[in-house]
Amino acid sequence: MNQIIKFTIDDVECVATKGQYIIDAARENGIFIASLCNYPGVKPKGSCRVCSVKVNGRLMTACTTPVSQGMAIENHTDELNELRKKIIELFFVEGNHFCPSCEKGGTCELQALAYRFKIMSPRYPYFFPQREVDATNPKLIKDQNRCILCKRCIRAIHDEKGRTIFAYKRRSNRVEISIDPKLGRELTDEVALKAMDVCPVGALLIREKGFDTPIGERKYDKNPIGSDIEHLQIPYSKTKSNE
Amino acid sequence: MSKPIVATTSLAGCFGCHMSFLDIDERILELMQLVEFDKSPINDIKKISRKCDIGLIEGGCCNSENVHVLKEFRENCKILISVGECAIMGGLPAMRNGIPLSECLEEAYQNGLTVKESNDARIFPNDPELPIILDKVYPCHEIVKIDYLLPGCPPRADLIWEALIAIITGNQIKMPYEVLKYD
Amino acid sequence: MKSFTQKVIDKYNRDKTRLMDILISIQSEFGYISQESVSQIAHELHMSEVDVEQTISFYHFFSMKPTGKFSIYLNNSVVANMMGRKEVAETFEEEVGIKFGNITADGLIGLYDTACIGMNDQEPAAIINNHIFTKLTPFRAKEIIRDIKEGKKVQDMFTASFGDGANRDDLVKSVVSNNIRKIGPILDPQYKIGDAIKKIIKLTPEEVITEIKSSNIRGRGGAGFPTGLKWEFCRNASDGIKYLLCNADEGEPGTFKDRVILTELPRLLFEGMVIAGYAIGAVEGILYIRHEYKYLEEYLENILKVAREKNYLGIDIMGKKGFNFDIRIQFGAGAYVCGEESALIESAEGKRGEPRDRPPFPVEKGYLDQPTVVNNVETLCAAVKVMLHGGEWYRSFGTPESTGTKLLSVSGDCRFPGVYEVEWGFSVNSILDMVGAVPRNVQAVQVGGPSGSLIGSNDFDRILGYEDLATGGSLIIFDKTRDLLSDVVLNFTEFFIDESCGSCSTCRILPSILKNKLEKILDARGVKNDIAEMEEWGKILKASRCGLGQTAANPILTSIKNFRHLYEDKIQKTKDFDSGFDLWRAVKEGCEVTGRVPNI
Repeated sequence: MNQIIKFTIDDVECVATKGQYIIDAARENGIFIASLCNYPGVKPKGSCRVCSVKVNGRLMTACTTPVSQGMAIENHTDELNELRKKIIELFFVEGNHFCPSCEKGGTCELQALAYRFKIMSPRYPYFFPQREVDATNPKLIKDQNRCILCKRCIRAIHDEKGRTIFAYKRRSNRVEISIDPKLGRELTDEVALKAMDVCPVGALLIREKGFDTPIGERKYDKNPIGSDIEHLQIPYSKTKSNE
Repeated sequence: MSKPIVATTSLAGCFGCHMSFLDIDERILELMQLVEFDKSPINDIKKISRKCDIGLIEGGCCNSENVHVLKEFRENCKILISVGECAIMGGLPAMRNGIPLSECLEEAYQNGLTVKESNDARIFPNDPELPIILDKVYPCHEIVKIDYLLPGCPPRADLIWEALIAIITGNQIKMPYEVLKYD
Repeated sequence: MKSFTQKVIDKYNRDKTRLMDILISIQSEFGYISQESVSQIAHELHMSEVDVEQTISFYHFFSMKPTGKFSIYLNNSVVANMMGRKEVAETFEEEVGIKFGNITADGLIGLYDTACIGMNDQEPAAIINNHIFTKLTPFRAKEIIRDIKEGKKVQDMFTASFGDGANRDDLVKSVVSNNIRKIGPILDPQYKIGDAIKKIIKLTPEEVITEIKSSNIRGRGGAGFPTGLKWEFCRNASDGIKYLLCNADEGEPGTFKDRVILTELPRLLFEGMVIAGYAIGAVEGILYIRHEYKYLEEYLENILKVAREKNYLGIDIMGKKGFNFDIRIQFGAGAYVCGEESALIESAEGKRGEPRDRPPFPVEKGYLDQPTVVNNVETLCAAVKVMLHGGEWYRSFGTPESTGTKLLSVSGDCRFPGVYEVEWGFSVNSILDMVGAVPRNVQAVQVGGPSGSLIGSNDFDRILGYEDLATGGSLIIFDKTRDLLSDVVLNFTEFFIDESCGSCSTCRILPSILKNKLEKILDARGVKNDIAEMEEWGKILKASRCGLGQTAANPILTSIKNFRHLYEDKIQKTKDFDSGFDLWRAVKEGCEVTGRVPNI
């Protein structure tokens, strides 16, 4: 039987099922915890660090830490929001994020978080790295310029034998995503679409698709990321970040 | 009290940000009551003629002339604002930053379909009057100190308007969610 | 190549958790892992090719391109540079006719940089086809290249006598020196193998844990977790097969004490593993050794063989019914981060050495998702002595907070670099005296390697211990002639950039930003705000998953803290802002390509 436990986020009392990750439990309690690498239903891997919260004064990633009875979590504090903002800005200088020319503009989660955190420009100098666009796959185009290495595609997409189709290559600041040349050839339309959907940015795109929705009507044009969660309880306009 | 003086320019930009500026529509009349313009493509004054209060920069720096103009603005403007993605992060011109400069030039002047036939001598434009292309396109704040940044491609007219009003009146900027966009 | 690869795959039972061993065998045999081998492995192990490649491309000593019949990996860490690496590297380049990072056209020789190889007390040092060459000089470099060109085998290239102690063993035959300078209860050679095992099998595992707990010993790798508690957590973990992993990955630049233990006291270590295995209820122990120490493989395997023959390992150990335990050696392939316990586990499972998210901790879910204890080499050796002489005896060494002794790896500007076993509580000043460094000539000491702190003379009266300067044992001494920022801090920062697993955003991206800032300051373009920003941004790394990421800014942060004047001397006093932009530099390439003269 599922055990119900109580915990708090920023002193707000919440309930959850034992074993739930903080980020999921928060969502069910109408609280949004910003994140980039987490994806519902996919095994978490705290790689973006954006969902960092404080538990007993220690930084923990909300996507990988299970809630426990009586846990007191800090989420929406100036300190943590500033940390998240700094982390989100890191992604913008690491890659080449030319939002104006990107098919994912308006639905991109990196961009949406930047809007939510009111980032006018990253504080760090741009790297302008040399990155490749891989168009060898018959269904997908991979644009390494935009990839934030969140591993969502690696974790979410496998073939019927459980083999991974996407993988990391190299390490350190030279890491990139590669698509298996053999298994990648067999991708169905459905799986390719899923890959594009799990990608939070515009790094994985279905060929000949994009710019379907006019500017102004895209997912995050009018409503901030997370506002759907917060609508459960707290309207976005009343939360602290909009002051 | 004299009115604040505003200067604007477009460096490696497409003038789209200036077009967006004009999209403040009838509010331009109100703005004329509040400020005076010095150098700007809007009034076609070519040179900065005096110390200004606010400088608006569109576009990043792709050549030596851009750098000179930017530095001139910095020297003459109390407040300097990067307007638009190109000024802030190089924008579309900066898409060349991942490509070796020699390749860019060869493609543009020697090997490109439109120039292949017409440039037998395979020369690059080299008149001493021409500015020199930089190794990459630079965001303005990676060259001089920039005080404020207004993102967007172009920044929404409302964002430009609200920012100017906030600076002129000394108030906090009003920035509803919809006006802060990168595209 | 195909049949060799097949043989290796079969040897490891097509087990994908043994991918590291498979790749190491192929790399050693051919000097690289071909695309065909990758396809073959992927096919046989039911993996995708990119999955195999993501492991290969993670490790420094794996390559998918040929690395040369003789691949020379020359250490490029701080102390190697201090001891004359530059001249040696230049000689190699001249003699071979290629730059580092390349291979000769005939495929004979490859030259590569590599991070600290655990020979800091005998630098400059290099690894050539798994053999170690120490104390290199330009002359020696010439000899080596001449020998290679004359067709000699690596093992025939040694011109001097072999090192001290067991380095001369027939199965080692290496020029490496132990340089043991001070012996304490751990390094004491007067102990009888097997005595501790005989003693513990009369105790219950719980009694063993109680004894270890009473010694208050804490993990010697640097993190300092109480060992007895760790064992207890694992023992009490819900059912499952339990594993003991020994961490001999010592990759922290400046650390080499585990190499000395592996050379001189491997039996002590194995005995410690047996004890830990008994205490936690494990049947398998894995000794994870960094690839740099591959030259010890045969020697160690032979000792294990003898131990099995003597029933120190195997079934019903020393007659204790049901006490079964054996040890296998797992080599790494060049990745500092694998010294982090969960990354080490991932690596031992044949994967990229990326640290795991915690919880769950290894004691709940470790190797193959089973309850696992990961202990440092030194910790396990100390455990033997604790079991022989008692926890109370052990507590008589050190301080109340930090009991026992610590093996220090001392290197840098001192007369007697090497391994010292001292009681916790020793002050830095006494250490400097002991190792033959004149305190008034010492500018700084790097305590605990790059992930530790760079301290100056104000801190030399501080003591080593968990209550003050916690350390895994690496101490690097810099005298007043050294340029700390360009020779030390920059090198360490580059080390962290290179060794990041790349999975956390913070650790993957931020150190490069800090490095660029540091270079800006070294370039005399820095302003006051740059220092403040480095301090401010460095804090972001605290949000990283593992210790590597969390400490990656330490070289910069601790040097700003303790040597702020070095930064302040280099920044511009008259300017508040400088982007670092240089128009001359920016037009240089454009002028070159178009054949123009700068008109700026």
